[in-house]
Amino acid sequence: MNIYVYIAAMALTTYLIRMLPLTVFRKPIKSRFFRSFLHYVPYACLTAMTFPAILGDTASLLSGAAALAVAVVLAYLNQSLIVVAVASSAAVFLVERLMGLPL
Amino acid sequence: MNSKEYRTGVRTGLPVGLGYFSVSFGFGAMAVSKGLGVGHATLISASNLTSAGQFAGLGVIVDNSGLWLMILTQLIINSRYALMSLALSQRMGEKIGVLPRLCIAFINTDEVFALAMARQQELTVPFLYGLGLLPIIGWVSGTLFGALAGSILPQSIRTALGVMLYGMFVAIVIPPAKQERPVAVAALLALIFSSLFTWVPALSKAPTGTPIVICTVAAAALCAWLFPIKEEEA
Repeated sequence: MNIYVYIAAMALTTYLIRMLPLTVFRKPIKSRFFRSFLHYVPYACLTAMTFPAILGDTASLLSGAAALAVAVVLAYLNQSLIVVAVASSAAVFLVERLMGLPL
Repeated sequence: MNSKEYRTGVRTGLPVGLGYFSVSFGFGAMAVSKGLGVGHATLISASNLTSAGQFAGLGVIVDNSGLWLMILTQLIINSRYALMSLALSQRMGEKIGVLPRLCIAFINTDEVFALAMARQQELTVPFLYGLGLLPIIGWVSGTLFGALAGSILPQSIRTALGVMLYGMFVAIVIPPAKQERPVAVAALLALIFSSLFTWVPALSKAPTGTPIVICTVAAAALCAWLFPIKEEEA
């Protein structure tokens, strides 16, 4: 399918989710279950998108695992987003060079 | 238009704009590493302005999994914005008309929302427009530079840049998971479910995007049932 159709569908869906509650449906959500559900959605979806995908996106399983380990440790130590991201990138690069993979 | 309010908004949005530049750099690098063009990657960021949704959408595009799946993944992953828009709508009051609301809806990201809600003074339209300016510029230009870097640099560096976005996702989830046990449980459940979708042969054939939707809904619903949030947290 045409990539522009995908991008348009993606943008329109995202926009409507943000736009409708600001313009049409303005009543607060009463359901405690639904509000709790929405509270947990970002953490659940970011985790599901990261693991195990990170292990398969690099040239070897080992470098992907190194990226994950570095990210988890630095995030646990409350390092900033950019520090965690750059360090996990560097871990991939270093491990793949140590393994002798081509540049 | 009140230019003082606008300038205050722009200044307030500066740190978010800088942060977005780095996150979307990761998105741009990843998008080209998965075969998208620089222009496509930039267009996605300019029209969507959301990290997790774009990442999931990227998977759907690369695997050509179908339009309904694109809509479904966006609906689930971006559902939280509906709640933010509702809260922002209440906070804006009745004075702000429909046209500004249509524009502000576009810039209502997690961080812009947090800054708007944190403002002590009344929310004005110029302030909100100013607030959104640098985050948009940061997000789109970061994607462009990330995509360019990902197209020019050697394969080894592109592979390394491709994990930046994952690193950021980890950095977003772990600190609140340390503070709130239910968040850690939600993340752990999502991790278990998504591992099942990858490594259990019968499940691994599911089209791209569906595992993210199912893992997210299952983990968030279980946690909402087990650990309902306190009233003031919503």
